[in-house]
Amino acid sequence: MDLNTKQLRKNAFRVTKERGITASRIRVPGGHMEAKYLSMVQNIAETYGNGTVHITGRQGFEIPGIRYEDMPQVNVMLQPIIEGLDINQEKCGEGYSAAGTRNVTACVGNRVCPYGCYDTTGFAQRIEKAIFPHDLHFKIALTGCPNDCAKVRMHDFGIMGMTEPQYDKDRCVNCGACVKKCTKKSVGVLSTVNYKVERYADKCIGCGECVLACPTGAWTRSEQKLYRLTIMGRTGKKNPRLGEDFIKWVDEDSIIKIILNTYDYVAHYIDPEAPLGKEHIGYIVDRTGFEEFKKWALKDVQLPKMAEVYTPVYWKGIKY
Amino acid sequence: MGYNLEKASMNDIFKTWSEEYAIYAPKCLVGKGAFSDTDSVRYSEIQDIEEIEFDKKSDFSFKEILTPISQTLFYFTEEEIKEAEVPKKGAIIFLRSCDLHAVKRLDEIYLKNGFEDYYYKRIREKVKFILMGCAYSYENCFCVSMGTNQIDSYDAAIEPYKKGYRIDNKLPAWEEVFSEHCEKELEVTPSYVTENIVKVNVPEGITLDIVKSEMWNEYDSRCINCGRCNFVCPTCTCFTMQDVFYTDNGKVGERRRVAASCMVDGYTDVAGGGAYRKKNGQRMRFKVLHKVYDYKKRFGYHMCVGCGRCDDVCPEYISFSNCINKLEGAMAEVKKNA
Repeated sequence: MDLNTKQLRKNAFRVTKERGITASRIRVPGGHMEAKYLSMVQNIAETYGNGTVHITGRQGFEIPGIRYEDMPQVNVMLQPIIEGLDINQEKCGEGYSAAGTRNVTACVGNRVCPYGCYDTTGFAQRIEKAIFPHDLHFKIALTGCPNDCAKVRMHDFGIMGMTEPQYDKDRCVNCGACVKKCTKKSVGVLSTVNYKVERYADKCIGCGECVLACPTGAWTRSEQKLYRLTIMGRTGKKNPRLGEDFIKWVDEDSIIKIILNTYDYVAHYIDPEAPLGKEHIGYIVDRTGFEEFKKWALKDVQLPKMAEVYTPVYWKGIKY
Repeated sequence: MGYNLEKASMNDIFKTWSEEYAIYAPKCLVGKGAFSDTDSVRYSEIQDIEEIEFDKKSDFSFKEILTPISQTLFYFTEEEIKEAEVPKKGAIIFLRSCDLHAVKRLDEIYLKNGFEDYYYKRIREKVKFILMGCAYSYENCFCVSMGTNQIDSYDAAIEPYKKGYRIDNKLPAWEEVFSEHCEKELEVTPSYVTENIVKVNVPEGITLDIVKSEMWNEYDSRCINCGRCNFVCPTCTCFTMQDVFYTDNGKVGERRRVAASCMVDGYTDVAGGGAYRKKNGQRMRFKVLHKVYDYKKRFGYHMCVGCGRCDDVCPEYISFSNCINKLEGAMAEVKKNA
């Protein structure tokens, strides 16, 4: 058997522990799709795989037990899934054009969850369209609110939904529901002053608990969708760590621009000797220093007025 | 007299009215629902007839105009008080039959229950009501059971008709402006529903023994005492007072009247730290019986108008109408145990 493992990996197949057998990885941006694709996944697994499917840690599917010889046929069967999920592709019928930039994951978001501050899947799909295909190893995750069910702080870029609470004091009856919820469930930035509520805006994390708790609609959501962008979290062997806050109250367009800028930064500074051409972005930032990263990341970015950029950023994490 | 009017003509009439009145109607506020990307239909001041949401029930009721959620009554200094300004203009309120029936309840409480409430009266006497006909029943409505599905004590009634509106006017002062702007004059009868999916049965012969029923207990844990049911209710009239001393000068301040809820903590608190209804089931019992039992004992008709907003809004899916329908069984239960 003569195989170019570099090529097949780039094509989203895997070199498995079993000689002659590969696995196909299917990306599902935002982790949400029409149910009809499930039967297509099933069909591939039962036709060319071993009849099982693994739901991956990044919200995709991995179909194991495929013979390397069958990769072209599998790619043909993948085509309606790739097209249906609107994945950018270089050549029709030849499967995924890259695997380095990983599936963009998301919690279920405001399509279902009451806490979700935005449509996580929709934004994930928008990011996917902007960045894929790409060979660089980027991990991006989105979560609807600061509960962070999607664990976005373990990613290179973590996007956390926020809302800037709007208070109409003339609708407030001082029932105390918001103050109680903020204190018990969130960061405790609400207090009662003269029977009305004051919000310590500097510390507010924009979770929206006050809006959800308010029985009179005195608290409502801001018109603009805003986000917290966390950066350079990672799992892995060397120094796993949580992502730190980079910008609070940032908008969608700026986030996409920052991610695209970071591709340029990584292409410029990545260790040419990195195994499989793969280096977590955070290690590059450790090497160049945060200020250099920031310079590249914020190039031509027009942040909203209320955006707060954290600088400098220091990370902690585990060191062995 | 009835009229057909085009949208543009309605807006011309709005312009005329706006000299004397602020116009309030249910309006869809985009993105103002509690959950993200959801809307809220609330009473707002409008300038254009197309701002009116004719196709949905409003989440909150018109009562916020007659009894503002938070209203400053007067300002005080060390020696003097000054009454807060009354709105300079009167108000025209667009509302449905159930809500116009609710106005009767508000009047009963604020004007006829012993004495006239000055702050209510000064707003109320400058209000005109325009009935919005109901071509169909909305979710959770039970107006037919409560006998509030139809009303004729409106100043005018309106319904969208083709690309314009149909009006039935009863206010002599408005005849001129309508006939001036109308396409044609005709007989108009406002639509009303004759059947709701939700039906309630308020049993005759409820006695106070019903407080002993087990039926209230399930609400101890189901209800979260948020008070949404009260705040959206067009007939809830309870308020509390807040005397506010301004923080930068503790000698001056204002007195505010603010909506209160019998479901929310604090409502039955008394001096010495007591509270009469601690359990949510007991609060539910108080509210339900007030709406369909003890109010009627005093005034001769039920307080609840069957708008169903309390059912629409409850985050715990507690149904007030279903609770009413449990009363008959509860009476049987307490009689059996007596």
